[in-house]
Amino acid sequence: MTQAPVSNVVTAAGLEPALEPVSSGASRKARKKGLKDPKRKITWDRVRAQRALLAMAVPLLLYQILFKYVPVYGWAIAFQDYKPGRGNILNQEWVGFENFVDLFTGVNGERFRRVVVNTLGQSVLTLVVGTVGAIVLALLLNEVKNLPFKRVLQNITYMPHFLSWVIVASLASVALSLPSSGGFINQALMSLNIVQDPVLFLTEPNYFWGIVAGTNLWKELGWNTILYLAAITAIDPTQYEAAEVDGAGRYRKMFSITLPGIMPTIVVLLIINSGWILSTNFELPYFLGNGLISERAETIDVFVLRYGYELGNYSLAVVAGIFKTVVAIILVGSANQAAKRLNQETLV
Amino acid sequence: MSSISVTKPRVRRASRGGSPRRAWTTERVIFTTLNTTFLVLLAVLMVYPLLNTLAISLNDGMDAVRGGIGIWPRVFSLKNYEVVLNMDTIYQAFFMSVMKTVVVVATNLFFTSMLAYALSRNEFIFRRPITLIFVLTMYFDAGLIPNYLLIKDLGMLNSFHAYWVPTIISAFNLIILRTYMKSIPDEVTESARIDGAGEFRTWWQIVMPLCKPTLAVVGLFVAVGSWNAWLDTLLYNSGEQWLSTLQYELQKLLSSSMNAGANTAGNAAAVGAGGQLTTPIALRSAITMVAAVPILLVYPFLQKHFVSGLMIGSVKG
Repeated sequence: MTQAPVSNVVTAAGLEPALEPVSSGASRKARKKGLKDPKRKITWDRVRAQRALLAMAVPLLLYQILFKYVPVYGWAIAFQDYKPGRGNILNQEWVGFENFVDLFTGVNGERFRRVVVNTLGQSVLTLVVGTVGAIVLALLLNEVKNLPFKRVLQNITYMPHFLSWVIVASLASVALSLPSSGGFINQALMSLNIVQDPVLFLTEPNYFWGIVAGTNLWKELGWNTILYLAAITAIDPTQYEAAEVDGAGRYRKMFSITLPGIMPTIVVLLIINSGWILSTNFELPYFLGNGLISERAETIDVFVLRYGYELGNYSLAVVAGIFKTVVAIILVGSANQAAKRLNQETLV
Repeated sequence: MSSISVTKPRVRRASRGGSPRRAWTTERVIFTTLNTTFLVLLAVLMVYPLLNTLAISLNDGMDAVRGGIGIWPRVFSLKNYEVVLNMDTIYQAFFMSVMKTVVVVATNLFFTSMLAYALSRNEFIFRRPITLIFVLTMYFDAGLIPNYLLIKDLGMLNSFHAYWVPTIISAFNLIILRTYMKSIPDEVTESARIDGAGEFRTWWQIVMPLCKPTLAVVGLFVAVGSWNAWLDTLLYNSGEQWLSTLQYELQKLLSSSMNAGANTAGNAAAVGAGGQLTTPIALRSAITMVAAVPILLVYPFLQKHFVSGLMIGSVKG
């Protein structure tokens, strides 16, 4: 959520195309041995020769450092009793780790633990349902031999990805409401005699995680198949032919060739997404959450915005933000390490 | 992602798993039927909520409260749209959204592609550390309040600059562009250099034209992201009405009418604007459509580009 709006394209999407690894295995080993690429040794002559490239890159690097890394000075607030009325950061009262103690223990601690559990629950559920759904859909789309039909299907399923969360939340709240406000889900359930009375989806806390995962699935399912389909296309066709000669049927080929073939893609996407586990699902809980279900709906980002920004309690909000960032970096690093251990494709 | 290679779009390939003309065995008939049915149902699920909202927005507000509208308006009326388009705030917000999107896309493409060009040059000495610093920003985030304080300290609160200045580079799009530029044969840039072109000219006149499809994709991502953003308005620019964006106006309207429990009582009350009577549910549907339509109109034109562009982004360079 606190990503710059433009990068919301990335965060909102949940699963996004994989980055190519920053360094391939071979060159990583080479660097460990201290073998530097002789072409990139830094000498004064080289710097002079490349001044045009430096002119292109360095100002933008400084800019990025200003907008992405410099705000860390705000982390000082975590160690202060911050009162906006006192002016800027320099005039605040320092209180050491009091805010950390406050956030992780006592009444606030209880609330914050609930908030973390909700964030993890909603995100993990969204990620699992989303990944499995996208892989299944990619496998099914791959079996469609009629190309025009396949293309139409793809275009329809990609479409929701481009709608904003504001719109999607609006559609979801209408769909899940009472029949009198357009709740067609309740209407369908009632006309099929599955339920007698309309279900109050948005006032029952225990439904909320499912609603979040379901809405995310609706929005991103088609979009997430793009890369899996691309990976399937890259599988060597002779493998399928060989399997057929050996008598493999449709499902056997799916399980023994297609799935292993797209495994690297799946792993890289999971690594990429592991770092966003605490930052996804801000909008839905913020728009659809209400007092009745906040015990299940409130996530870290919502907590930061409501408690910190809206109530002016900056100190606790900054502590929560630090917690989020530190955990994100640890998660990406660990996921990457785990993949390395398992000899899978890695990110860095 | 070593396993992925770029495939040229629109090549009729033999279908996977055998020759294109296979006998219609019983198994195949059953599978194809079930699969097609399932996929069609899925496609219907994808578009139904939108069509339903469209139908409600084109329906008479008082009638919509009775519920039961499918994908066709029961009592056709353009009143909701009249009310929406008579709201000055909506007009202004629409214009501001367009302005913001145009500026953000232009600055973003310019700066991101310039940096991507520098980082795609193999001989560039600081290539790796600079790339790493940018990639890290995908995960490293100082947090909402620190970011807010930075914008405040830079004096950008309640100004148009808060929309475009902080976002001129997105790490993710940078990687996509850089990867694509790496795939351009060295001979191309080499010959430009022999002809006496400097780095800037090579980037602007040689590499940029070759990147058009990828630039279209990245431009689409950026445009959609900017158009759909609302949090930047809430945080930085909510103090000035003229800086409001369409998504933010929609969001305000939603949160005022989205109290799940009170959802029925609220809908019975009529909303008057310009002597017109309508209901929140119908009005909200109309605003939702106004916010969604621009994206849906642009989408068909760009979608053929973006899949190929995405694939490029995922190729190991």
